[in-house]
Amino acid sequence: MKYQSQSVAKPYFIAALGLFLGQIVFGLIMGLQYVVGDFLFPEIPFNVARMVHTNLLIVWLLFGFMGASYFLIPEEAERELFSPKLAIALFWIFLVAGALTIVGYLAVPYARLAEMTGNDLLPTMGREFLEQPTITKIGIVVVALGFLFNVGMTVLTGRKTVVNIVLMTGLTGLAVLFLFSFYNPVNLVLDKMFWWWVVHLWVEGVWELIMASILAFVLIKTTGVDREVIEKWLYVIIAMALITGILGTGHHYFWIGTPEYWQYLGSIFSALEPIPFFMMTVFAFNMVNKRRKQHPNKAAVLWALGTAVVAFLGAGVWGFLHTLAPVNYYTHGSQITAAHGHLAFYGAYVLIVLTMISYAMPYLRWNQSAAPWRAQVMEMWSFWLMTISMVSITLFLTAAGILQVWMQRAAEEPQAFMVVQEKIALFYWMREYAGLVFLTGLLLYLASFLVKNEAPSTITNEEATAAA
Amino acid sequence: MSETFTKSMARNIYLGGSVFFILLFLALSFDTVQTLPERDNRHNITPSVALGKKVWEDNNCLGCHTLMGEGAYFAPELVNVYNRFGESKLALKAFIAGRPADGIPGRRSMPQFNLSEEELDGLADFLKYASEINAAGWPPNIQG
Ligand code: HEM
Ligand code: HEM
Ligand SMILES: [Fe+2]
Repeated sequence: MKYQSQSVAKPYFIAALGLFLGQIVFGLIMGLQYVVGDFLFPEIPFNVARMVHTNLLIVWLLFGFMGASYFLIPEEAERELFSPKLAIALFWIFLVAGALTIVGYLAVPYARLAEMTGNDLLPTMGREFLEQPTITKIGIVVVALGFLFNVGMTVLTGRKTVVNIVLMTGLTGLAVLFLFSFYNPVNLVLDKMFWWWVVHLWVEGVWELIMASILAFVLIKTTGVDREVIEKWLYVIIAMALITGILGTGHHYFWIGTPEYWQYLGSIFSALEPIPFFMMTVFAFNMVNKRRKQHPNKAAVLWALGTAVVAFLGAGVWGFLHTLAPVNYYTHGSQITAAHGHLAFYGAYVLIVLTMISYAMPYLRWNQSAAPWRAQVMEMWSFWLMTISMVSITLFLTAAGILQVWMQRAAEEPQAFMVVQEKIALFYWMREYAGLVFLTGLLLYLASFLVKNEAPSTITNEEATAAA
Repeated sequence: MSETFTKSMARNIYLGGSVFFILLFLALSFDTVQTLPERDNRHNITPSVALGKKVWEDNNCLGCHTLMGEGAYFAPELVNVYNRFGESKLALKAFIAGRPADGIPGRRSMPQFNLSEEELDGLADFLKYASEINAAGWPPNIQG
């Protein structure tokens, strides 16, 4: 570690991984409810499990982004973090607020939670991904502002690099766009239209800036390629992300009551959205091929390459699959959507956070550039287990989705939703089994942190400083 | 990337491109909001519809269902449920009110929400209002 204050990243990473485990457990509960309808009913209805699953996902990714920033920003800015104390205080506030919210989901009926938290004063609850009580949302804004202030002051008074400026831009955009979650008009069309300003402009806009800058940082560190080259790539990637992704929002404006010109605009621009993801793949492989040094953390390099490839598959290929209006007319809101949502979130955002954790943890834990080889081997196994099982989940859901769309929407005699669901149950079973493999991969990943640090004979101090 | 394409050129594409597309997106959004009154059925938003939307949100209905294709994929699409139920608010209300508290053994079941008559009316009105939004011909058929 170059700067003592980078160590505040560690609790953020630990919390992120703990919540990740919770997310997967609830995913498996839902997966079972898909085929054994009365499983845990009425104690944990499907909608409750789903809120827990998706909200834990978002919260742990935010923990991951914040941890990544606390590690990356001091190193790029070449100074200590503005206020490590503030970072630790915000960590506890965020963790407690998040935990209370999840407990609230599980302990009382949702309507009761809405009542208890005064949802009537400023109704923002009950919309997908934004189910948090309004006070939790306010808490998120407060934490985000404190966080931005802390890292912002560090950058302002330190060295400004393309990497930390792009990261700051992405994080600021994340916070600003979240404010639209407070806009909830009775008019359903307006509600939906601006709901996407949070959801789409996050994952296909500002989060891509965060992802690309973290990827660039890890590649600079692990390959030793000239910063100039990497920064040029970074600019081109984020340029393409915003040029395609902003108007790409139109792919959500086909069937929600918005004007029909969005069918053209949304189709054209979102069809170009795979470009930045493809560039990230080319970029990552290029940099690794041109590397000037062998970084001892092989696992981190695997995670980084995996991020680039799987993000392209999940967001680029599976996104393109259903993004043209004539196709989306049939696939909208089907299992195809779920298939894409899983592989895209996993490839782009789960993997980039795990890449950063893999890179940073050896410094945070032992002040050395890599974990013991045995731990790295476990990490690499877990990468393959999680990635292959997530690709399988995606393929099973895609198969389910094609059959669903065919029987329910395209066939001459369309069948009822629930009838179709029973006919495709086989694919839901296969998804559940693949999910168990995913859980195994995750547990193996967590277990890799239990490997004891051997006497650092394999990694000399010299190597450690050269890599840092 | 080649030497003739410099970092500052890349930065200019990023800055110029994003500013241009942000402005264009804002302009298009403004235009959309202007034209919405012709399509979004706002003249049918009554206090009962507003109550219905609140009940819809407070019970997290789209944690299982989709509405206009957005939400969860565990239970049927509801934007046209009013039509599927033969345009009968009564049938809709009876269905929601009649869910068994302990579910149906072995099957996906909908919870019993214990709604008042007024809330049930609101929900039915809200779903009827939603069904009349001009959604460019979606969903493809009555099954949603
Ligand atoms: C990492 C980036 C991405 C992530 C995390 C992501 C995630 C998601 C998620 C979770 C949904 C479902 C939203 C809902 O619940 O209604 C969704 C919908 C959609 N995504 Fe993506 N996505 C990404 C990139 C892309 C790209 C690049 C494209 C196009 C090439 C795309 C095309 C679509 C389309 C068309 C839908 C709507 C599906 C429907 O009509 O039901 N996505 N995405
Ligand atoms: C491995 C075990 C997992 C299982 C069994 C599982 C299962 C599910 C199920 C059943 C749903 C609800 C679909 C519906 O609405 O009907 C869901 C939603 C979702 N899950 Fe998972 N999940 C798993 C892992 C993950 C992971 C690792 C991620 C993140 C990368 C993730 C991200 C999401 C997202 C974004 C949604 C919302 C999708 C949408 O709205 O289209 N899940 N999951
Ligand atoms: Fe999108």
